[in-house]
Amino acid sequence: MSEVEETLKRIQSHKGVLGVIVVNQEGIPIRTTMDNATTVQYAGLLHSLTAKTRVTVRDLDPMNELYFLRIRTKKHEIMVAPDKDYLLIVVQNPSSNS
Amino acid sequence: MEIVYVYTKKRNEFGRQAIFSDRPPELSIDIRPDSSMRNDYIRKDPVDIAVQYTSDMSEHEVNTERFETEIRGVNHTEGGWPKDINPAEVEQTIRFRKKVEKDEIYMQVIQDLGTKMEHYLKQNNSVDIYEEYFDKTEPLLNDKAPNARTINILRDPSDIKRTVSNISWYPDGANKIAVAYSALEFQKTSDVLSFDSYIWDIENPNKPEMTLKPASPMLCLEYNPKDSHTLAAGCYNGQIAIFDTRKSSQPTDTTPVEISHRDPVHKLIYPSSKTGNDIFSTSTDGQVMWWDIRKLVEPVETLVLEYPGYKPDVTLGGITLEYESTMPTKFMVGTEQGVILSGNRKGKTPQDKLAHAFVGHLGPIYSLQRNPFYPKQFLTVGDWTTKIWSEDAKESPIMWTQYNTTPLTDGCWSPTRPGVFFTTSMSGSLNVWDLCLRQTAPSLAIQVCDESLHSIRVHEQGRLVACGSHSGVVTLLELSGALSVLQPNEKHNINAIFERETKREKILEGRRREMKLKAKQAAASGGGGGG
Repeated sequence: MSEVEETLKRIQSHKGVLGVIVVNQEGIPIRTTMDNATTVQYAGLLHSLTAKTRVTVRDLDPMNELYFLRIRTKKHEIMVAPDKDYLLIVVQNPSSNS
Repeated sequence: MEIVYVYTKKRNEFGRQAIFSDRPPELSIDIRPDSSMRNDYIRKDPVDIAVQYTSDMSEHEVNTERFETEIRGVNHTEGGWPKDINPAEVEQTIRFRKKVEKDEIYMQVIQDLGTKMEHYLKQNNSVDIYEEYFDKTEPLLNDKAPNARTINILRDPSDIKRTVSNISWYPDGANKIAVAYSALEFQKTSDVLSFDSYIWDIENPNKPEMTLKPASPMLCLEYNPKDSHTLAAGCYNGQIAIFDTRKSSQPTDTTPVEISHRDPVHKLIYPSSKTGNDIFSTSTDGQVMWWDIRKLVEPVETLVLEYPGYKPDVTLGGITLEYESTMPTKFMVGTEQGVILSGNRKGKTPQDKLAHAFVGHLGPIYSLQRNPFYPKQFLTVGDWTTKIWSEDAKESPIMWTQYNTTPLTDGCWSPTRPGVFFTTSMSGSLNVWDLCLRQTAPSLAIQVCDESLHSIRVHEQGRLVACGSHSGVVTLLELSGALSVLQPNEKHNINAIFERETKREKILEGRRREMKLKAKQAAASGGGGGG
């Protein structure tokens, strides 16, 4: 098993993790652990949101850069780790730990 | 009258130059000095003269034409794939993904991002940063004052403005309202008047989300609580129409004219049955009709509103209806004559069906509603007062408000607080009564508009209130937490108030009966002694 696979597997094994999605810069899901419809929706929406966030952070201060995006919702937390070429999206249910 | 001056001149004199010549002076008028007037002359002292130092300014206002905006959405199901890859072909997409996964940058990036992600995952699993430490604390103080603010105003888009006759909130969420418009004045309806009613998105006052086109203006319009796509409407000509917002603006089904109501349908209710297929309606023709919306060719049941105990041989015109799902066979009708009829659907004879009449108001009962927490108590709005009744005290209301200066038009309970109710009046004010605070005066009076308000509806979460006015303006108000959030001990206190008042009314009732009996006895014995 490659190191990438191992990393993703490790993330998936954490408590409360509902799904892991890797999206490329065109918004195409490369890897996913969720069903197709959900994946496409998450990929499309979070891709544009991350792009917008990135622009916002850069516009506020040109020396700054988006590092990580956490969206806390009533049901779960969506975490986006952005990169120039790929996005790593993880959906976690934090309340499952209590 | 036209003023005409005819000017005549010979043709050959046209265009000639004018010849001016001298002539001796002539005296037209001679005004001699009048010495008697001189005595009237008064010298003004001191003299004040205003001098403007700066230049004059003027102000103008211009209303530019309203810019109509529209929100559209696009649903992306698949997108962003390179040109030569068909997203529908599974093989091609798998190959593309495989190729990406072999990419060296990809592997590097995912590992970097993975470590970053793990940090936050572990963080989330070890501490709940959003944990509520003080969840038993009281809400903030600034929300304690009872007030309300206007959040939007929806105007009747048709040229001739009509009255908002009824409002219904969308059952799934507080973003839409269905508003029925009709002209209610005597002989005011004409051919040019629009029949349409609208469904509004409360965020967008520019354009209604949907237009409903009935065959006759609507007096009442209700969303089906079980199926939020269908609505039932009661029309001016007595028909009942069913609309499906997924299908079209035209009604999907209507009741035949010949067996419908013979007067405008003033109220229509969905009793919360399991299927949501039943409706019942009332009209000033003195009938209550039950319908099944799957089969509108004939009513399931018809009841004529006659109550011989009140006035024999008089049919009462129904204006409002009330139904409570916890008492499935019972219903109540508020009538034009100011009497509230309480009935039971399962009764064998017409007498059983209309079991009791509460005589209360001097004019039509515009609103009748059971308390959402204590259904034995109900509220009626009519003439100048609001009255609260209990089913246990049959002869008189248990509480009532003072006469308002202007007639009341509608009212309802707050769905979230048992002690709060709202009333609207002809003067355009909305009064909010809080029985916990004060029973003698409203705790909040808001002047919503300068004309008469006609209808009110509160959203089921108790925070949003929609009031409709005489000229078709729906004002949406948001109430502060003090008026919409259940107060500590409120249920208990209100129940205590209701019980105490019912008891007092019952004692008075007993006393009255006793005195009557005594008077009768005294009359009988007095008569016996005399004879």
